[in-house]
Amino acid sequence: MSSIGTGYDLSASQFSPDGRVFQVEYAAKAVENSGTVIGLRGKDGVVFAVEKLVTSKLYEPGANKRIFHVDEHVGMAVAGLISDARQIVETARSEASNYRSQYGIPVPLKYLNERVSMYMHAYTLYSAVRPYGCSVVMGTWTEHDGPQMYMLDPSGVAFSYFGCAVGKAKQAAKTEIEKLKLADLTVKDLVKEAARIIYLVHDELKDKQFELELSWVSAATRGRHEMVPRSVAQDAESTARQALADIDDSDADDM
Amino acid sequence: MAFMGDIMNPAPLWQNGPSPGAFYNFPGNSSTFGPGNHSAQEFRAHSANPITTTTTVIGLKFDKGIVIAADTLGSYGSLARFRDCPRVMKVNDLILLGSGGDYADFQYLKDIIEQKIIDEKCVGDGLLLKPRSLYCWLTRVLYNKRSKMDPLWNNYIVAGIQDGEPFLGAVDKLGTAYEDAAIATGLGAYMATPLLREAVDKGNLDEETAKALVRKCMEVLFYRDARAFQRYQLGVVTAEGVVIDDVAEIKHDWTLAHMIHMK
Repeated sequence: MSSIGTGYDLSASQFSPDGRVFQVEYAAKAVENSGTVIGLRGKDGVVFAVEKLVTSKLYEPGANKRIFHVDEHVGMAVAGLISDARQIVETARSEASNYRSQYGIPVPLKYLNERVSMYMHAYTLYSAVRPYGCSVVMGTWTEHDGPQMYMLDPSGVAFSYFGCAVGKAKQAAKTEIEKLKLADLTVKDLVKEAARIIYLVHDELKDKQFELELSWVSAATRGRHEMVPRSVAQDAESTARQALADIDDSDADDM
Repeated sequence: MAFMGDIMNPAPLWQNGPSPGAFYNFPGNSSTFGPGNHSAQEFRAHSANPITTTTTVIGLKFDKGIVIAADTLGSYGSLARFRDCPRVMKVNDLILLGSGGDYADFQYLKDIIEQKIIDEKCVGDGLLLKPRSLYCWLTRVLYNKRSKMDPLWNNYIVAGIQDGEPFLGAVDKLGTAYEDAAIATGLGAYMATPLLREAVDKGNLDEETAKALVRKCMEVLFYRDARAFQRYQLGVVTAEGVVIDDVAEIKHDWTLAHMIHMK
């Protein structure tokens, strides 16, 4: 790494001579080590899927969740340092709540994203703080604007996406997402696709255990962000396992 | 994350101390004394009376749940000012809330309760606020406000399902609270409660009879309470959940009115 030993990586408030801010790049590295998170924006809603790596068998099932409710209508899936991410969630929640009390309507995701982005960005400007070691994906569905989804980086940059992936296997996941016709798929199909992709990109050799977290916000949930019901999630998961087994079989045949 | 405090609104540095550079300005000495030195914050307005008001709310317990009803009139003194003021609200799948009194105060507290429910959903443990908890919370809020000589000018009726059993309680603007099988606030306390209690004492109320009785009470109140209105909301909470009907309208008939002579 070219940054080490140059002295330009000690603070977020100093550029390197070639115009980079190394602390922000290190924060992005923290995100790359995390379990994969994908967000899919379909015809009638947004689906989140998280490969939550379970680092110890001593954790209770469902511990350290990575999908959060921000408001009634907004969900947030996070990758990176979980404690950093929780603080971003808390910030987003208080922004959403403030907006509601000021204007009496649910916060538009475009605006919420702007506020949370500015907050993250502020932590890339000063020597006394470090940038957040997490990326977050926010999604919603409204009658007026349909599905919307944003992904936000430690640098404070955010874009709106049709499909996005972040974490360990983001490249493989993105390749899979690009094969989907997102604009034609409903959330019911997307849940299956999302589960399949997470199972596909999961690296069994490096990370043994993981839990699949699934949530959606769609026309069918009347614009409310909800965890995918257990029966639907189990269905998607078994389909995903089956798809994976089929691939393994055909690989064996080739040999 | 209560232990972090409010990260968006940090407490000011050096609380309760003299402001920097003004070390000798103690209260009452020459630098702070005199009429010109009082700040606007030292004078606080207190609401001494309600402005836009609503009248009776009725709550009646039946074998499997509770029915609540309230009309939709917002009065401005004796003027029938606003005709669409809904004041029966669904809090969650377990709780129905009805309010009478100052409508602005109700709207204020309604927003707070709605945010409470959202915060609870954000926790994501699937637990729901129960009626007795909301009832108790309301007593604390209302008692606290009255203790500041600035009450929220409302009567609340909390109805819901507490651990499978119907719950009905009322809280007034002073924070006084009680539970009963039949509750009516405002003028309804005088005119509807006797009708409701008669039915409750007979026992074996089912949903249909309870609803019919409450509708009858709304009609009686419409004829006799000058602040009542013909359009009203009726909500029912049972173990199956909360249902608030579309606004119903009383078919009124005043042909008998000429026979009533006041002396």
